[in-house]
Amino acid sequence: MNEWYVYLIVFATGGLVCFLGQVLIIKTKMTSARILVTFVVLGVVLEAVGIFQPISDFCKAGINVPIIGFGASLARGAISAVKSTGILGIFTGGLTATAGGIAAAIFFAFVFGIIFKARTKKL
Amino acid sequence: MQEQERNIRYNAYVEAKIAKTHAWPSLFNSFWVGGLICTLGQLCNDLILLWFPSVSTQSAWAYTLIILIFLASFLTGLGVFDKIGAFAGAGTIVPITGFSNSITSPALEFKNEGIIFGMCAKMFIIAGPVIVSGTVSSMIVGLIYLFV
Amino acid sequence: MERKRENQTVFFDNKPKIIGHYSIVGPKEGKGNLRKYFSEIEEKDDFFGQKTYEKAERVMIERALDGAIKSANAKYSDVHLFMAGDLLNQIISSSYAARSFDIPYVGVFGACSTMVEGLALSACLVDGGHFDTIACATSSHFSTAERQFRFPLELGNQRPPTSQWTVTGSGADIISIKGNGPIITCATFGKVTDYGISDVNNMGAAMAPAAMNTLIAHFKDTNTSPKDYDLILSGDLGKLGSEILIDLMEEQGYKLGLNYKDCGQIIYKRNQDVLMGGSGCGCSATVFNSIIMKKLMSGELKKVLFMATGALLSTTSSQQGDTVPGIAHAVVIEGVKK
Repeated sequence: MNEWYVYLIVFATGGLVCFLGQVLIIKTKMTSARILVTFVVLGVVLEAVGIFQPISDFCKAGINVPIIGFGASLARGAISAVKSTGILGIFTGGLTATAGGIAAAIFFAFVFGIIFKARTKKL
Repeated sequence: MQEQERNIRYNAYVEAKIAKTHAWPSLFNSFWVGGLICTLGQLCNDLILLWFPSVSTQSAWAYTLIILIFLASFLTGLGVFDKIGAFAGAGTIVPITGFSNSITSPALEFKNEGIIFGMCAKMFIIAGPVIVSGTVSSMIVGLIYLFV
Repeated sequence: MERKRENQTVFFDNKPKIIGHYSIVGPKEGKGNLRKYFSEIEEKDDFFGQKTYEKAERVMIERALDGAIKSANAKYSDVHLFMAGDLLNQIISSSYAARSFDIPYVGVFGACSTMVEGLALSACLVDGGHFDTIACATSSHFSTAERQFRFPLELGNQRPPTSQWTVTGSGADIISIKGNGPIITCATFGKVTDYGISDVNNMGAAMAPAAMNTLIAHFKDTNTSPKDYDLILSGDLGKLGSEILIDLMEEQGYKLGLNYKDCGQIIYKRNQDVLMGGSGCGCSATVFNSIIMKKLMSGELKKVLFMATGALLSTTSSQQGDTVPGIAHAVVIEGVKK
């Protein structure tokens, strides 16, 4: 029972974040690149002021799967690296924490880019 | 001066003329598709933790994201993702799947211009700003924490 | 010999005629309203057997020119000049297509107004006696336009509600002083008009003021009114753009009635999900060279005012936040008298 409750929260909060993104697209005519940038920076800010963790504890994947979570990981990595290694951490922290995601995206894009071919939209 | 006034008037007229499309269907679609992708992420995460108890929570999230990135990239290659995206809008853009799609789609697109200057160089035309803005802002945060 | 010109409009006394025409379209257009009128439909492969979309667009122009020359019952050596243009940077589709022909070539650019620009210039050169026969062509391809002006094809984003669908297709005409066919009687060259629209996804609104300027100049110069024409055909204003044009014209005291049509609105069916309608050079070119030319040849249409509009922007200008200037040229074509 408890498990289902978690999934319900994840569905609702994750949906809400995407809903807000759609509101932004409709209201401001933002392109997808701008939407992604906005949400990443939002994630960085949320982590920096320390309210990402409580949200994450409640929403779980609802906030970590949206690109906000990616921004938060960048900031979290930077903060913890600064605490452990000092100035060098500013440079290494963020990308180290998100290296998995970025490398995966690049690698899969490269592989599938080689295999597949872009096709005309058939709507 | 007169021209400026005319242009402002014309822009206002055009803005009013644009048929008000019903925003609710697209908002609803973005909500449920986005929610579903997040739920799928949660499911992956829980299954990883269940099957591989030795994996730390942090690493489980990393695996989850990599799985979602893989799926989005694969669906992009198959030519399915753009159809889902056209239906769901922000529902697929805002989750990490949108990030993955924004790297894979130019990779496919610019393959014809060569591997080096086409595919590799153009891969980041959309995701580049995301990585740059995220990295720079996180470094600023790190800098602030250094002095706090 | 005296040439007639009234402000922006030139009149042709020597009756330059459209003696041959051809239209070729891609799969989506083939499923549209004008299916039975197109000369050639590529049913499945929008690569037209080529490796890239850019090469596919070239092939379309080559086939269109070839078909137009055949439909005029002429030989390549009869054509003295090839005039073409398209949407891609440095009009590569036209110039590369011209590479395969042994005909002198001029490249023209008027964005989506290129078809009428080509017809008007060809008529001038033929009427002036400099050339006997000129071929003019233009093309556009959804996928080449999309990747140049917008986003990668596989990117999962939604098309803004005011956007239009670039037509995959090419049209070609043979204009000659000899032979039989619909006659080009006059041409009105438009001025670049910018009413400060900066939304690149709203081309109709950006081009409508240019269309209005050209139409009004034309009606004044020729002393005519909208009801003097069987058909007033605009290029690719789309649904929103043509509604705006009707409003703008009414403000100026001209009423565009049922004889006003827009190529962008008639080419696709309603359920083809093209939002505001078709656009691109190929839109006006294929519609004109299919249904309109057939009706002009049969005498069903006697006098057509054909005006195509173009948005003269580039990706650089729009990224720098510049507004979108529009242009519109018009020609009057009189059908074959029965």
